[in-house]
Amino acid sequence: MNHVVVDQFKFGYTGKMVIDGVSLDLKSGEVLVLLGANGAGKTTLLRLIARQIKLESGSMSLNDCDVITLSRPKLAQQIALMPQHENRTSMLTVLDVVSLGRMPHCGWWAPLSKIDQSRVRDAIATTGLESLTDRSILELSGGEWRRMILARAIAQDASVLILDEPIAGLDLKYQYEVLDQVRHLTKQNQLVTIVTLHDLNMAAMFADRIAILHNSKLLAIGKAEDVLTSERIRQAFGVEVSVVEHPSLKTPLIIPLHDFSKMRTGVGHE
Amino acid sequence: MSKQLNFLVIAWSFLVLASIVSLFVGAITISPLGAAKFLLGDSTGLTGTERTIMLELRLPRLITAILVGSSLGVAGVGFQALFRNPLADPYIIGASSGAALGVTIAIVIGWQAAMFGLRTSAIAALLGSLAVVAVVMAIGALSMRSGSLSLLLAGVALSSMINSIVSLLMFWNDEKVIVIFAWLMGSLASNDWQSITSTSLIALVGLAVIWSISRPLDAYLLGDDASQSLGLNLVLFRLLLVAGASIATGAAVSSAGIIGFVGLIAPHMARWTIGPKHFWLVPMSACYGGIILIVADAIARTIVSPTELPVGSITALLGCPFFVGLLLLRSRTSTVLGGAS
Repeated sequence: MNHVVVDQFKFGYTGKMVIDGVSLDLKSGEVLVLLGANGAGKTTLLRLIARQIKLESGSMSLNDCDVITLSRPKLAQQIALMPQHENRTSMLTVLDVVSLGRMPHCGWWAPLSKIDQSRVRDAIATTGLESLTDRSILELSGGEWRRMILARAIAQDASVLILDEPIAGLDLKYQYEVLDQVRHLTKQNQLVTIVTLHDLNMAAMFADRIAILHNSKLLAIGKAEDVLTSERIRQAFGVEVSVVEHPSLKTPLIIPLHDFSKMRTGVGHE
Repeated sequence: MSKQLNFLVIAWSFLVLASIVSLFVGAITISPLGAAKFLLGDSTGLTGTERTIMLELRLPRLITAILVGSSLGVAGVGFQALFRNPLADPYIIGASSGAALGVTIAIVIGWQAAMFGLRTSAIAALLGSLAVVAVVMAIGALSMRSGSLSLLLAGVALSSMINSIVSLLMFWNDEKVIVIFAWLMGSLASNDWQSITSTSLIALVGLAVIWSISRPLDAYLLGDDASQSLGLNLVLFRLLLVAGASIATGAAVSSAGIIGFVGLIAPHMARWTIGPKHFWLVPMSACYGGIILIVADAIARTIVSPTELPVGSITALLGCPFFVGLLLLRSRTSTVLGGAS
């Protein structure tokens, strides 16, 4: 059983607080989706949890073990990050990149063991990349690239999965596919998964719990139906919406109330 | 045997072949069979003079060429990875400028020193090279957020300043300009066995460091976030990478002065042949670096024999059109140029 506790995280750039006193408590098999307007601090919070950047203050534990003091390889055995952006300059193949997911386990030099190879094969199969293993990563489409990075994170065999906008740039079919895989893995392997998304309806359908960040602080955290209210969405995103119940899933369904035709007329008059 | 291992064996066989050819060409031609036998330890096919030429001139020169070429090739891989930039070469971080300054100062003040079998110019070059790299690293460490970009900018800025100092020193000491200039042009001559042994050890340390971080190098090219997430301590890794590449560069510079282009083209040729995985790329670049320098040196010794041209001008003169030709061929046959890897 995995248990992640984030306690009073604080971080800022040049005097401006980006994350201010954020605390989270996450259990095995749970998918938490982070929502918030642009610049609310979602990616920064994920990077702090993955220790990509250094905390100003706060603490974090995984299964009662202090994560802040773990060495990088030990941390990578526990937490896998799927970053929003990666360099597309190397000509490595899909298999090469997914195999790098085993580096925290096999080290810098040792060849991949049979267990490592089997984990890599499983990750490739889980993400449906079998036919692309020998393809150069420069030749992948956006969706294939995202699946490859997810496969690498899966191969890492970590207890905590952190995904920064895993469906950005994907069409709807691949969005469902990727999120289905993430949810299935989280439940099957009892992982703790934290995901940032922009699509509120997708978040409502996908998440076990939703956290909304606003002005560097945690505005709300809880089940989708408790968190995604029209008032809170207005407060966090500055837009008018109506929230109804999804006819079949019974999750909140957010209907935008923005009228583009009024805007166009306004601009035209100016 | 894997495909990459096959390529590596073939390339290293070419290096052996180039070595044999380079031993029998020169102002005095030696029979190819005699040269090949000599390499295998049998010197009965050679006259006394030929044996002396082999032992005292051509063999030390050949080994220096392999050593310097391999070091530059591997240092090129290291710096191209560090900056994630295919245009980076071993001198970009200021190593060559530092070496030039070290040697210029030694010549100007008439400094004489010998240490671990290395000559004065070699020690001065090595010290100058490592000192500048240390300053660049310190500047990079002080500007914590910008990573390899700050190293690159610091290296370029410092190089410009040091080149100006070297020019001023040459301007104020015009009676020593020819000595300084000859060193700056690069040469594989006048390395004795003792200095070769010492430099080999230094070069091997550099090569071993870069090869030992092959897998992290693959991860590093995916970006800082990805490589950290895969367990890489970026500060420690960059330190190892810069140390390994700078030591290899220092070994090359201290043996042969400044020889450009090898560190740029050897990694690209290797990448095109054997792929981007550093486990294979590092030994392949070492091999290509050695071959390039053996061939360049053979041309420098024979093209206007008995006069000898500076090997540095041959590498640039022939390397450039060769590299451009490869580039054009590559872009015609593939949609992918090769990237920084």
